[in-house]
Amino acid sequence: MSILVDRNTRLVVQGITGSEGSFHTRQAVEYGTNVVAGVTPGKAGEKFDGIPIFNTVRDAVRDTGANTSVIFVPAPFAADAVLEAADAGVELVICITEGIPALDMVRVKNHIRGTRTRMIGPNCPGVISPGKCKVGIMPGFIHREGSIGVISRSGTLTYEAVAQLTAQGLGQSTCVGIGGDPVAGSQFVDILKLFKDDPATEAVVMIGEIGGSAEEEAAAFVKAGFPKPVAGFIAGRTAPPGRRMGHAGAIIAGGKGTAKEKMDALEQAGIHVAESPADIGVTMARALKKS
Amino acid sequence: MKIHEYQAKEILRKYGLPVPRGAIARTPADAAKVAQELGAPKVVVKAQIHAGGRGKGGGIKLASSPAEAGELAEKMLGMTLVTPQTGPSGRKVHTLLIEEGLEIARELYLAVVLDRARERLVLMASPAGGMDIEEVAAHTPEKIFREHIAPDVGLCDFQARSLAYRLELPPEAVRSFCSVVSALVRVFIGEDASLAEINPLVLTRQNTVLPLDCKLNLDDNGLYRHRDNAAYRDLAEEDALEVQASEHSLNYIRLDGNVGCMVNGAGLAMATMDLIKLAGGEPANFLDVGGGASAKSVENAFRIIRSDPKVKAILINIFGGIVRCDRVASGVIEAARKIELDIPVVVRLEGTNAEEAEKLLAGSGLKIEQAKGLADAARKAVAAATATPSNK
Repeated sequence: MSILVDRNTRLVVQGITGSEGSFHTRQAVEYGTNVVAGVTPGKAGEKFDGIPIFNTVRDAVRDTGANTSVIFVPAPFAADAVLEAADAGVELVICITEGIPALDMVRVKNHIRGTRTRMIGPNCPGVISPGKCKVGIMPGFIHREGSIGVISRSGTLTYEAVAQLTAQGLGQSTCVGIGGDPVAGSQFVDILKLFKDDPATEAVVMIGEIGGSAEEEAAAFVKAGFPKPVAGFIAGRTAPPGRRMGHAGAIIAGGKGTAKEKMDALEQAGIHVAESPADIGVTMARALKKS
Repeated sequence: MKIHEYQAKEILRKYGLPVPRGAIARTPADAAKVAQELGAPKVVVKAQIHAGGRGKGGGIKLASSPAEAGELAEKMLGMTLVTPQTGPSGRKVHTLLIEEGLEIARELYLAVVLDRARERLVLMASPAGGMDIEEVAAHTPEKIFREHIAPDVGLCDFQARSLAYRLELPPEAVRSFCSVVSALVRVFIGEDASLAEINPLVLTRQNTVLPLDCKLNLDDNGLYRHRDNAAYRDLAEEDALEVQASEHSLNYIRLDGNVGCMVNGAGLAMATMDLIKLAGGEPANFLDVGGGASAKSVENAFRIIRSDPKVKAILINIFGGIVRCDRVASGVIEAARKIELDIPVVVRLEGTNAEEAEKLLAGSGLKIEQAKGLADAARKAVAAATATPSNK
């Protein structure tokens, strides 16, 4: 098993005809993802590599039974795209788009809280359940089917961690990029809950970074009783305060959100913390041996 | 994006907030003229830089006459102002704000920020105005009052009133306070701010409430819908290399070390800085060339890193996922030849076609050292930086 995406995923791509959307749709199809529909307003009736295009997500869901959406539309229209998918009853919305204003996300998050829709992202690489389904922009080949769950606020650093896991012979159940923005559709805790209940996931790697308190909340959640070993890494111990380190959410503000604080919180929760980003894979392997 | 106090006050005024009368001056003569026109018994001369703690560094002074305002301006303009927030190098003062002095009864604190944990805006108010709010939060957290703003209903009147009562304002000042609170929330939402802070918010002897200072940070991601605000950007306040990098859409932050880094992706870029530190070195910068790491962006990144005279070696760390390593390697070789790179470069390419990339780099004839894995890359880069003579 796995979480969020698998062989039952029926994917609709919002922004399928854009350059990013079309490129990554082909990559997903090649990986074996069941892409059932695309949405580009004004292009209903056309096809992309044989995939039917619709004007609206509602039409796509009605005609194809899509249950998951991935969003590649530009930032000014991305919040609307999430709301459209939620309105159409899509269960899982994965938003890749970077650059959505924080206040848009405040409104979106508040709105979807009362719906059946779960959101991942924005500003994230997406979600992959190796060997089953890939929704996003991550390179499929670095992953191996297995039993480690991965949660991360980063993109390429996640690939790095996954490659290390694979090199250790540790495959992954599902890898979830929750994104680098201050307000995210899902946080570490939301995904930890899913991994907790997933019998195919034996252990979890969480990769955090400076800014906010999502890692501390995850630490508290693990401390309160998480039945599987967890390894962690926090990026940004050398980051200067008050500067945004690439990701909109990666900023030490008012002296809060430092890597040190987060690493301490993780350690106190019994999470195996890798001091170096080069040791994420071995730290997980060691944690598994101890358990 | 940070903006100046006088720019923030311009925005507050647009939203009907009362702000002290005043105008900016860029010459001593202008400063005296503004003071004359204000006709107030006392005026305040305030240095406009993108950092707080200006009073402590001598960037805020009181003048009793237009002539004195001119004299103060003479001293302040062109001076390098060092405050607890500027770092030791300080900031050069180009602009002053000249304002009427007020009769202050009390100094309060008021701010709107995004509460990331609760995913909504929060109003923060404190009777401990004029102080560093982080200090207040650390030592007397009971002196900070909060009201969260529900995204669907917005700020409610009772919330503003509740803050006024907790601040123990005189009854005559409650209405004035509440209108400031409501306007500040409208400013935050209307302008896509990321921080709106009034410190101090003053209660005058006449029982009116108005912002003496204002710090407004704007959400970079929201700037596309506020074209006017983009004009508030002051390049003189930013590091010249950072400005240059931003023109090439590169995410670059200059730091103090001597190992330059070029990485694809923000998280990996941060992790690479951490690695350099763990290997006993100091990173010279944060630089994200973007997930794709195109030849053009690699070339621009090389130029920017090389422009920092502190840099003694460069570490390139690219995880090639969708982007192929051999293509990145060709870009690196091309760029290194073009800009005649004269300091050691350590390259670590991992991912798609990494072996082809290795062959390309080895056969290039360039002095590029290759590394296997993250730790090896950091070790080699730090060693190269240490071995490079410092007159380069």
